[in-house]
Formats: sequence, C-alpha cells, structure tokens
Amino acid sequence: MRVHRLAAWITLPVAVTLAVTACDTGGTSRTADSGNGIAVTIGIAEPEHLVPTDTVENNGFQVISALYTPLVRFDNTGKPVLDQAAAKSITTTDNKVWTVHLKDGFTFHNGQKVTADSYIKAWNYGAYGPNAQIGTDFFNRIQGYDAMQLTGGGGKPKASQLSGLKKIDDLTIQITLSAPFPEWEKVLGYNVFYPLPDAAFAADGTLVQAFEDNPVGDGPFEIKGSWNHNQSIDVAAYPNYPLTRPKVDEIDFKIYQDLDTMYSDLQAGDLDVSPQIPSDKLASAHKDLGDRLKETPSSVFSYISVPTYDKAYQNVNVRKAISMAIDRQQIIDTIFQGSYTPATSWVSPVVEGARDDTCGDACRYDPAKAKQMYTDADGPHRISLFYNEDGGHKEWVDAVCNQLDQNLGVQCTGAPVLQLTDLRQQARAHTLDGPLRGAWAFDYPSIEDYLTPIYRTGAASNDSQYSSSAFDQTMDQADRAPDEATAIKEYQHAEDLLAQDMPSIPMWFKQNIYGYSTSMKNVDMDLYANVDVMTLQRK
Amino acid sequence: MFRFIVRRVLQMILVFVATTFIVYALMFAAANDPVQALVGDRPVSPQLRAALTARYHLDDPFIVQYLRYLRELLHGDLGTQLSGRPVAGLLAQAWPYTLRLSALALLVIVVFGIGAGLVSGVRRGGVFDHATLILTLVIIGIPAFVLGFNLQYLFGVKWRVLPVTVGPDAGLTAYLLPAVILGSVALATAARLTRTAVVESLRADYVRTVTAIGLPRRRVIGVHVLRNSLIPVVTFLGVTIGELMAGSVVTERIFNIPGVGYQLYQGIHLQDGPTVAGIVSILVVVYLVCNLIVDLLYAALDPRIRDA
Repeated sequence: MRVHRLAAWITLPVAVTLAVTACDTGGTSRTADSGNGIAVTIGIAEPEHLVPTDTVENNGFQVISALYTPLVRFDNTGKPVLDQAAAKSITTTDNKVWTVHLKDGFTFHNGQKVTADSYIKAWNYGAYGPNAQIGTDFFNRIQGYDAMQLTGGGGKPKASQLSGLKKIDDLTIQITLSAPFPEWEKVLGYNVFYPLPDAAFAADGTLVQAFEDNPVGDGPFEIKGSWNHNQSIDVAAYPNYPLTRPKVDEIDFKIYQDLDTMYSDLQAGDLDVSPQIPSDKLASAHKDLGDRLKETPSSVFSYISVPTYDKAYQNVNVRKAISMAIDRQQIIDTIFQGSYTPATSWVSPVVEGARDDTCGDACRYDPAKAKQMYTDADGPHRISLFYNEDGGHKEWVDAVCNQLDQNLGVQCTGAPVLQLTDLRQQARAHTLDGPLRGAWAFDYPSIEDYLTPIYRTGAASNDSQYSSSAFDQTMDQADRAPDEATAIKEYQHAEDLLAQDMPSIPMWFKQNIYGYSTSMKNVDMDLYANVDVMTLQRK
Repeated sequence: MFRFIVRRVLQMILVFVATTFIVYALMFAAANDPVQALVGDRPVSPQLRAALTARYHLDDPFIVQYLRYLRELLHGDLGTQLSGRPVAGLLAQAWPYTLRLSALALLVIVVFGIGAGLVSGVRRGGVFDHATLILTLVIIGIPAFVLGFNLQYLFGVKWRVLPVTVGPDAGLTAYLLPAVILGSVALATAARLTRTAVVESLRADYVRTVTAIGLPRRRVIGVHVLRNSLIPVVTFLGVTIGELMAGSVVTERIFNIPGVGYQLYQGIHLQDGPTVAGIVSILVVVYLVCNLIVDLLYAALDPRIRDA
C-alpha cells in the first residue's frame, strides 16, 4: 500500500516536470541575429504559400517580394518602371503579341542563370489546371490557357504548355495573348510571374515538395535556413544581386497570430516594422508612435453593392438616394480616425486614368434631396445591409444604417453573415435581398482592374448582377484600343456609365497604415501593401 | 488494477474513433466553401474551383471522405491540410509548445491553488482567507483575453520585465505570464475547492480523533486533512487539463505561441476538416489519459475506491 501511495504522489509532479523539461530541450536554438550586419524584423501573419503562382495573399507576397525580382515595378502613380526590374524592355505593336527582353546577369540563389526558360517553365506550371495554383487566373489571357484546364469529365487537359509562350533567345520571351489587351505590361508586375529555377521541379514536372519551405529565387534577398512555420522566415541579402543592393543585410519576417500582439511587440521595441495597425488601436497609435505612424495610399476601394436583381432596388434613383444619404466623411472621422478618403469615383486614385468626382452629385451628402428622391422613387422601407462578421465591419455598417434611418426614414439593419466565405457564396448565388459591403484591391495597377471583375456581365465579383450592354461594349472597345492612352479614355467612358447606373455605391479609399520602431528610417509601403524591402534602413 | 487499465484503454480506442467521426461530421457540415476559404477575398474562377475540388476530393459525399480519412489514419497518416502540408508534421511542431504551456499552468495551479486553499481553509476567517476570496472572485470574473492583453501590456510594454511574445527559442520565463493567465480561472477554482474541503475535513470526526491522540498539528493537517481534502481537487484537475488545452486557443494567440491552439483556430477558420479532426482527436486522447491517471490517483488517495 505504501508503494502505491508513493507512486501516486510522485506521478503528478514527475509528469509535470518531465513535460516541462522535455519540451525545453525540444526548443530549437535559433540565432536571433546574424552577428554581423544590419538585421531588421517585419511582422507578418503565417503565409499560405511561398510558391509564386500559388501566392495571392499579402503575407506570402511580402516575403517573396524579397526573394524574387518582378518583371515590372511601379512608381507611386501606378506607372510601370523597369529601372530596378528584371525586364529590360517590354514591347508590343498590337497589344496581342508582347516581347519581353530580360536583363542579363540575374542568377538564382543556387547559382543557376535566369533565362527565358525559367519564366516559361514557371508560367506553364502555374497555368496547368491540375496543379491547382491559386494564382492561375492571371495566365488566362495567354493563348492556350483553356486547353490546359481540367474538363468536367475528368482525365487530363489537352495541353500541358501555353501555346502563346515562345522563347526567342535566352533572354527574350514572346507572349501571345488570346485577345489584345493594352494593360498587359502592368499585369506582368504581379508575383505569379516570377521565374522558378530548375531545382524547383521534379522529374514529372510537378514542384519538389521541399521547395516551398526552401524557396530559391532571383531577388535581392535569399532565404536563410528554411520557412520556420508559424514562427519566422529569415532572409539575407544576396551577394550576387545585379541591381541596386538593399540597405539592410537581413530581414526576419516574424510571424504573428494576432495583430494586437504584433502591435504590443512594436511598442515594446521587439519589432521593427508593423505593416498593419489594429483598428481599435488607431486612436492611441497616434500618441504611442507619433511620427512613426505612417499612412500611404493603398489600392483598396470600399463600396456597397446594390442588388439590381432585386425589384426594390431596380430604380436607379433608389440607389442614388441611398448614396446621397450617407455622410462618408463623418463615418471616416468617427470610426476610422480620419485615415481614409471618401470615395467620389469607382477607381482608386493610385492608378493611371483615375479621376476625381466621377460620381458627381450622387456621392455628395445631401439628406434633403436624398429623402425626396427616395420617396419619389418609392424605395424599400426596410433595408438589410449585409456584411461578414469576421472582418471588423460591424461598426461602420451600423453607422451607415443609422444615417439611412435618419435621412431616408427607412428601417435599416446591419445583417451579419458569419464568415466571409458564407457571404461570398450567397453573393455569388445572388440570393441576398439587400445591399452588401464589398472591397477591391487591384491585382495590377490598372483602371481596367477596377471595372472588368466587378461590373462586366457575369463577372466573378459582380455582386449586384449589373448587366449593361453599353458598359460591356465600351469595355470591349477599350480592350481593343490601339494604344494605352486611347484605352484609358475608353475605360473612363465605361466608368462614366457606372455613374449613370450606380450598380455600387462608392464608400472610401483605404490607406496603408503602418508603424515602425525608433531605430528605423525610410520605411515605405508600396501600392500592393508590401513594405518596400529595398528602401528600408536602420538609423 | 490491470484489468481496469485494459478496459479503459479499449474504451479509449472507441472514444477516439467516435470523436474523429463526430468532429469530421461537424466540420463537414460547417464547411460551406473550403475553396473560397483557401483563396480568401479573391473571386475563384470555375477552372480553379474544379481543380481544387478534384485535388482535395471536396465533392465526395461525407461518408466516402470520412472513410478515406479513417483508412489513412489507421495507416498512421493524419492527412494533409488544405494548404498541402501534412497534419502530422504540423502537430509534431505545435505540441511541444502547448505541452510546455499547459504543464507550467498546471504546476502554477497545483502549487498556488492548493497552497492558497489550504492556508485559507486552516486560517478560516483571517485576512488571508478574505483576500483570497476577493481575488479569486475577481479572477473568475475576468475573461482570459482581457486579463491576457492587460497583463501583457503592463509587464511587457510598460514595465518591460517580461517578454511580450514567446519566441521559438524562448526560455521558461517567457511562458510564465501565459501560464498564469491560462491557469488563472482553474487556479481560483482549485483554491476555492481546496478551502471548502479543508474546512469540512477539519470538522470531521477522524481529525478530532487524531488531534485527541496527540499527533502534532503539522501531521494532522499535512497528512490527514490535506489528503482527504484532495479528492475533489484531483477530480477537478483531471477535467482542467482538458480545459487548459482548449483554453490555449486564446492564450496562445495573445502571446504568439505557435502551439496546438493556434493550429486549431486556423483549421476552423479555413474549414480544414483533417486538421481539426486530427487535433481534437489527440486532445481527446490526452483528456482520457489524464482522467485515467486521476482515477489511479484516487485509488491512492482513498482506500475505499481502491478496494471496490
């Protein structure tokens, strides 16, 4: 009996200490900094992927933007610039056949020379249906894309290579599109168009399993160690980079689960750059960080889609009246600490061809006129304004509803849908019986990208089920335009049609709001909402 | 005793399979669109939807998906996440963090919870007793994330005495604050439970008897009172271990600990059936094992149970 009792008394503490100490040795020792050179930390969330063609979210993009060099970079006005890019020139005569000349001297971090083949192989991999790459849509303008997709009946696609890609010589790629597209050069700036080294591919053409954790790129930084999931990704300056070298020697992308925690770390000085500030900390952040809290333009356009398929909202004056009854500036001031800009058009000011005030009177706050219009047009008495609960939208949606209640004399209620996925599913099926919130960040800095995906008949994000043959035709004309300037003019005409039809209500243009520690300077964020790893500097 | 353990282990296998089934079914029912969850905010083209659906067999009926999962499970394969990473590797990486955190929290509960309960029980009505009562009430009343963020701010940002986040190479001190917060509610409950039981035991006949025999007070309290008071507390601790693991979802998030709680949160968020089923099933096994240990401890604490 004694033994039993003793065993029992010992079991618990021993188990506990064992667990504690066993785990203690299990922790890997990671060198916090390189010992020599300048290392900085940037906060991110765990990326979904690090394979360029599989990366469409910001955390992954931020990391691979350090590991690879894009074909095209952009200045602050959204104009393509090739100065620090991988392409020497990108030319076309008819907007259908494009020739990309690569700069000489680029090597992958494993020493292999970057050639036209590195790009073509990577793009074919991304476009091939069975590879199920999330960024595959970006290749769908290239000739031969459809033949590479899975058909409903199963089996393999007809082709495994894009017929529109041709290697002219080691440093020249010819891209043939299935239809002319004047903005193609801008599309090439996106991360899915990065090249891949031969080492990335297995013999059967699939990607080597380990490549994602140990990416090899052609960028200013190379990976140090491998992707330490949920903890960190460390990159070090690549000594053989042929263009301007970055100003720091090492970047540690520190992975956070929670924005608030990231912010606490920034405050405590344990983090150098926080690319986002939690919205509930915005008010105190001005005080905490002072001039280390920065705002730069981002591409995000927030709007409210109005269901044109619903009888109650079919009269355009109903939609305009709702828009005029919203005091955007007041909501921005009270809820977003004044950090956004009220939208008076459908195209973000960060791209070429964007104009101010295309919306006109319909986006100007005028409660009296709005009420009159709404009554005359016999607008619905009850409005449900849909939003996803997991995105922090409740406050401003409720504020909009309050204004509509007051100014239009309706009963407006914010209608939360649990998750974004639910909301998207219902929006796609067009089953929502009220307006819903929407937000759009560009895939490439072009006015076209604010129009085609949201307002073309049957487009993927056309939540209001807007269908206008005039709009579609104008967009077609723009796509077929002989040069970019003409194209932009036509796209602007298409935007003017939106002002007439009001399928969505512009709300505001967002900003990148970020902060950094006292020891940093020249911390900049680009239009893709990535921290610019090239300008970053320690004081 | 041996038969008892064998029976419990067999029960465990049954419970394990049933859990995977229930969790898998729940995830299947809750997952409205895993493809969209994977792609995020962007629209999904029909081609991509078809490719992803085919890759992860998303259009198979539930029972086919589950049986495939179970077959792989029996081969020791916990499946792959929707992002393509094996669940087993992910768990192997995450478990040490959660284990360390929970173990430390348990240690805090046992030492401080039972200690405080014992002292306030013996010195009933004293200053310590009243202070503990108020403090435990306050702790039970505050949600873990409020307590977490506030203490993190005070200790980490304002006073800078403890690290804000727990890095991968962090020592045990970094786990101290998260462990206290994770264990706070259970600590308070354990203190209250111990106190009540101690007060009751002090009034019991056998205590009067051993006191009358003339045993020293230290031995009366340390052996006779404490041991008999521990039975409800040990039961409670067994249940608590399960709660600690589940509670780590919140605490790990606040302190950026890459443990199981975080993986569970991500899995649910991404509607990732295999990940969630894998984690929850293992949590259930841990829970069952803890309860087995508790039952064995019982036997040591109470001869009546041992002999029955």
